[in-house]
Amino acid sequence: MTDNPFGDVQPGVFPTILTETHADESTQPFWDAAKQNRLVAPRCTNCGTFRLPPEAICFECQHREVEWVELPGTGTIFSRIIVRHPLHPGLAPVVPYVVGVVELDGTQGAGARMLVNIIDCDPEAIAIGDRVQIAFEHVNEEMSVPRFRPTERQG
Amino acid sequence: MTIKDQAAVVGIGRTPYWKRGQSYPETEMSMACTAILAALDDAGLAVTDVDGFAIYAHACDPATVAATLGIPEIRYAASITSGGGGSAGALGLAASAIAGGMATCCVTLMSLQQLTRRLGGSAVDGMLAYATMSEGGGSAYGRGGLPPSVAFTANNGVLSPGHGFSLITARHMHLYGTRREAFAEVCISQRSNAAKRPMSLQREPLTLDDYFDARMVSDPLCLLDYTMESDGAVAVVTVSADRAKDLKQPPAYIMGSAHGGSGRWGPAIFRYCQTPDEEFASSGHRPVARRLYEMAGVRPGDVDVALLYDHFSPLVVLQLEDYGFCPIGEGGPFVEDGNIRFGTGKIPVNTHGGNLSDAYIIGMTHIVEAVEQLRGTAVNQVEDAEIALVTGGPASLPVSGTLLRR
Repeated sequence: MTDNPFGDVQPGVFPTILTETHADESTQPFWDAAKQNRLVAPRCTNCGTFRLPPEAICFECQHREVEWVELPGTGTIFSRIIVRHPLHPGLAPVVPYVVGVVELDGTQGAGARMLVNIIDCDPEAIAIGDRVQIAFEHVNEEMSVPRFRPTERQG
Repeated sequence: MTIKDQAAVVGIGRTPYWKRGQSYPETEMSMACTAILAALDDAGLAVTDVDGFAIYAHACDPATVAATLGIPEIRYAASITSGGGGSAGALGLAASAIAGGMATCCVTLMSLQQLTRRLGGSAVDGMLAYATMSEGGGSAYGRGGLPPSVAFTANNGVLSPGHGFSLITARHMHLYGTRREAFAEVCISQRSNAAKRPMSLQREPLTLDDYFDARMVSDPLCLLDYTMESDGAVAVVTVSADRAKDLKQPPAYIMGSAHGGSGRWGPAIFRYCQTPDEEFASSGHRPVARRLYEMAGVRPGDVDVALLYDHFSPLVVLQLEDYGFCPIGEGGPFVEDGNIRFGTGKIPVNTHGGNLSDAYIIGMTHIVEAVEQLRGTAVNQVEDAEIALVTGGPASLPVSGTLLRR
């Protein structure tokens, strides 16, 4: 599939179509940490509300200042879909793939959820409420794509 | 003071409907003009009467339409922001312009032709365009380039409105046990309504087996849960209630209209899914419904027919909840019990077939059907219909609702 505009694709893994972060000072710390496989998120220094994607103003208290907090990188699937129809011929080998809304441990949930590709899973078995953990793909010097995979069973 | 009962829809007009891309050699402008002239003729008004445009989703450029048709003077030209969610609300815009003395005769319309471009897009460039389209606040004078937040979602595989609405649907099914049988009933009941209408695009009978045999597109949504894509134009004309009495058709009075939604719904669909749980699995219409009923002074039980925006069948179920026809979370069983059927149900829904089976002109066909129901001229006429509800969206804010009465 060398003529696939998405490159070498794998089943279930949505290909990286944006390879630059277009970061500014409000988002750069996220991408810096991602390079080191760490998940960080900005927390309002006034009311403690997390906001992802990072925005300049807190939606709860309108405060601007944040502190960057390292999160465990785990979470729970809040909603999920299985994309079965490829919207581009190059995505035919990729479907079915799963997209989920993940509520991140260590945050308040809404306002700091991540909307991500869930990989390394059986699409038919993955369900709302399942536990997942972050997995970064280091694409280049600036972009590390956040995806999630089911949490490894303990013991 | 509100806009209650101050204006009325007095004319409706449309082109034929076509499957996506089949309207060539018509253009969006030619179809818009055809629909406007038909609506004026229906009302017994002339081009020279028109002085306002109350539109949504950038339906047309009023300057070009005015020059083309020979409208002598434009006194009002305004659009509800965002997309299809503003369709029903554009009638409120017209009523407010008229009640406020800024215009006397407003056109509301949609003209849609998808020859080379499709809503939602499908190529790689389209994916990136889609990834950025709902960022909002774009300006030709800003920093340029993509906003920093785009990188958080551009690579996640959410590529179309259907993907976003599937996420909302899946949460509703999880919270309340809503079944695909309910979505099937939306599709089947609307198809049976369209079957009796010569102008509707999808008239073949649809069975439960057909529904469950349809291929899954973005599970839990299958192909039949998605609206078709159509070409065509629909226009309506609104004037003051006083003037409406002397025109050709029985007026459809605008009892109330509201558009908007919760501030936190803004980041709900398409990109971020950040709405609090109590609203996430909803149509986003709850605050709009509350204001609409309050303005009109009626309750859900007073509504005789509901024309609910149906780009995706599950969102009809969620709107039934948000507009108070059943309790929150009970939309699935309510629909499965036959309550939205024409002829037998408690609240007939989309008696014209809706976006799903009649034609997808981004909500305008719902307005036309509401007016025909109140005139008593609908193909699937609800007996003694006095009050009709029309909605636009769910979509990015604003979503909208309008109550009309005869």
